[in-house]
Amino acid sequence: MVEKIETVLKHGKGFISFVVAGDPNFDKSADYIVALAEAGADVVEIGIAFSDPSADGETIMKADLRATAAGSTTRKVFELVEKVRQRTQVPLVFLTYTNPVFTYGYEAFLAKMKEYEVQGIIMPDLPLEEQAEFVALAEKYQRSFIQLVTLKSGNRIPDIVKHASGFVYVVSSLGITGTRQNLSTDAYELITQINQLTDVPTAVGFGVSQPDQVSQFSNAQAVIVGSAIVKIIAAHPFDAERYLTTFVKDMKAAW
Amino acid sequence: MTKKGYYGEYGGQFIPELLMPTVNDVADAFNHYKDDADFKSELKDLFDNYANRPSLLYHAKNMSKELGGAQIYFKREDLNHTGAHKINNVLGQALIAKRMGKSRLIAETGAGQHGVATATAAALFGMEAEIFMGKEDTDRQALNVYRMKLLGAKVHAVDTGTMVLKDAVNATFQEWTKRIDDTFYVLGSAVGPYPFPEMVKYFQSIISEEAREQFLSQTGKLPDAVIAAVGGGSNAIGAFSKFISDQDVALIGVEAAGKGIHTTQTAATITNGTQGIFHGMKSKFLQSSDGQIDPVYSISAGLDYPGIGPEHAYLADIKRAQYVPITDDEAVQAFEYIARTEGIIAAIESSHAVAYAMKIAPNMRPDQQIMVNLSGRGDKDVAAIARYKGVEINE
Repeated sequence: MVEKIETVLKHGKGFISFVVAGDPNFDKSADYIVALAEAGADVVEIGIAFSDPSADGETIMKADLRATAAGSTTRKVFELVEKVRQRTQVPLVFLTYTNPVFTYGYEAFLAKMKEYEVQGIIMPDLPLEEQAEFVALAEKYQRSFIQLVTLKSGNRIPDIVKHASGFVYVVSSLGITGTRQNLSTDAYELITQINQLTDVPTAVGFGVSQPDQVSQFSNAQAVIVGSAIVKIIAAHPFDAERYLTTFVKDMKAAW
Repeated sequence: MTKKGYYGEYGGQFIPELLMPTVNDVADAFNHYKDDADFKSELKDLFDNYANRPSLLYHAKNMSKELGGAQIYFKREDLNHTGAHKINNVLGQALIAKRMGKSRLIAETGAGQHGVATATAAALFGMEAEIFMGKEDTDRQALNVYRMKLLGAKVHAVDTGTMVLKDAVNATFQEWTKRIDDTFYVLGSAVGPYPFPEMVKYFQSIISEEAREQFLSQTGKLPDAVIAAVGGGSNAIGAFSKFISDQDVALIGVEAAGKGIHTTQTAATITNGTQGIFHGMKSKFLQSSDGQIDPVYSISAGLDYPGIGPEHAYLADIKRAQYVPITDDEAVQAFEYIARTEGIIAAIESSHAVAYAMKIAPNMRPDQQIMVNLSGRGDKDVAAIARYKGVEINE
């Protein structure tokens, strides 16, 4: 039985990891998702490769290219999820730009997510102004549409968290995805503000890559690591399991 | 517009939360200043005394006579300062940026005309400018790259994706998310999230505002057809705008067919595209059935774009405007033809519009009139056309 995202994250000290489906190929992707879950990842985000990943830095852009070269299609991503579900009960969340979901059909996509027990979805280019239709459908299919809050959200935050489900994705820095040496402490205050407005867990990401950064976000229920994991897979495309396991354990231990 | 930022079902604001507050600030500023008397008079002064407006409406008599049908008129946006219609929108947006207290302009560019215009405005207003241009376009439009540098702008060659206009747009949005507070994204085409398509239309509408009056005073009537090239659609929406409610004026957008609409080397979005969400807007795009954006092709760096502005998608749906494809070959023939018959070297983008006028004019009556929006001048294209024709030139 797959647990709800809120349930696994509510105790805090959570770790959310990210892989691009099909990087370096679909069989290895399945192995890596299972390895991350077994090492202790509380939620795994599965990225769907896009031709124009404009919110992503070089690391994830290159992973998208590798996945595209491996023949990534929306159908193959669903096949991957179906296989992964036979091996792990970890909550799964898609991370994708809106267009692949829109062209598939919002409702058809959510129906597939329900069928394969994918609990949530992050679409970074579907802001508050445009998400009403999708959020209503996500509720109908009991899927979580993950809301993003940034350092610039300001007076938009109450409206955004009102629609929160699964977790609130706190974007810790400006710019695009990628690892960063120094993270601003402004995110800490942002997390406090969100925690006061909602019971939905907060997870902080964008630039988080090292165990010693985790303690900066002691008020968040989870940290999200994308690019650092993608880099491990890029460095060890066919035998990343043990490196991923070590990394997840180190990050979990850093809380 | 129906609901905020929508033209029928097209438009919207599909951008990351990180940019939403600043894009909404831009929308508020635009909606305020577009009705502000001081702003309007400052812009008018810049148009008339810096950009060389109004642009001429020129009766192309040689061409009209030789084709033996409708009278062809060129709206001479190529005679504007910096050589294209792009300056109209840039001066407007840069003035808004200035009033918002921004000190740095960033912009995408395809053929380089919008980048040159943005670099020009930055020089004039004492602002920083950084221009993002696909690596492939920096190669085929090397002269414009150097012009931008002369004007004090920093030019980034974008080497991601297909290394053309759409990738330059991606890179400029990325840059904006990295540095928001002092930076204004001067979007050059009628694309992107609201308010950009509306704002670009507002500033480019000067084209049809002038043309409408010029037709009435020079010929006593409106044109029967207005023809403009369409990539993202900025010159076309400007040329159409004030004629949209004149139901007897046919509006024709000319898309780049590249090597043909039945090949993969094309950029004819309305002809071959499907609905999608990309670059901040819901519109029509050339894409796979999976929603992956297609690589596109045209000889023209300015029309080499996989989408189209949302209002064009709407005008096509309601059949108020018609969108037709013109191939590289046809555009190059038109480029050469008006050079010989009218003594005008037009941009390869604009030559697509000329090519379609050459197709329909002979089937119209001599008392009918066609306006072709000559959106830019062709100096930048001379070397590329020579290459296309297999001629070697050494500068």
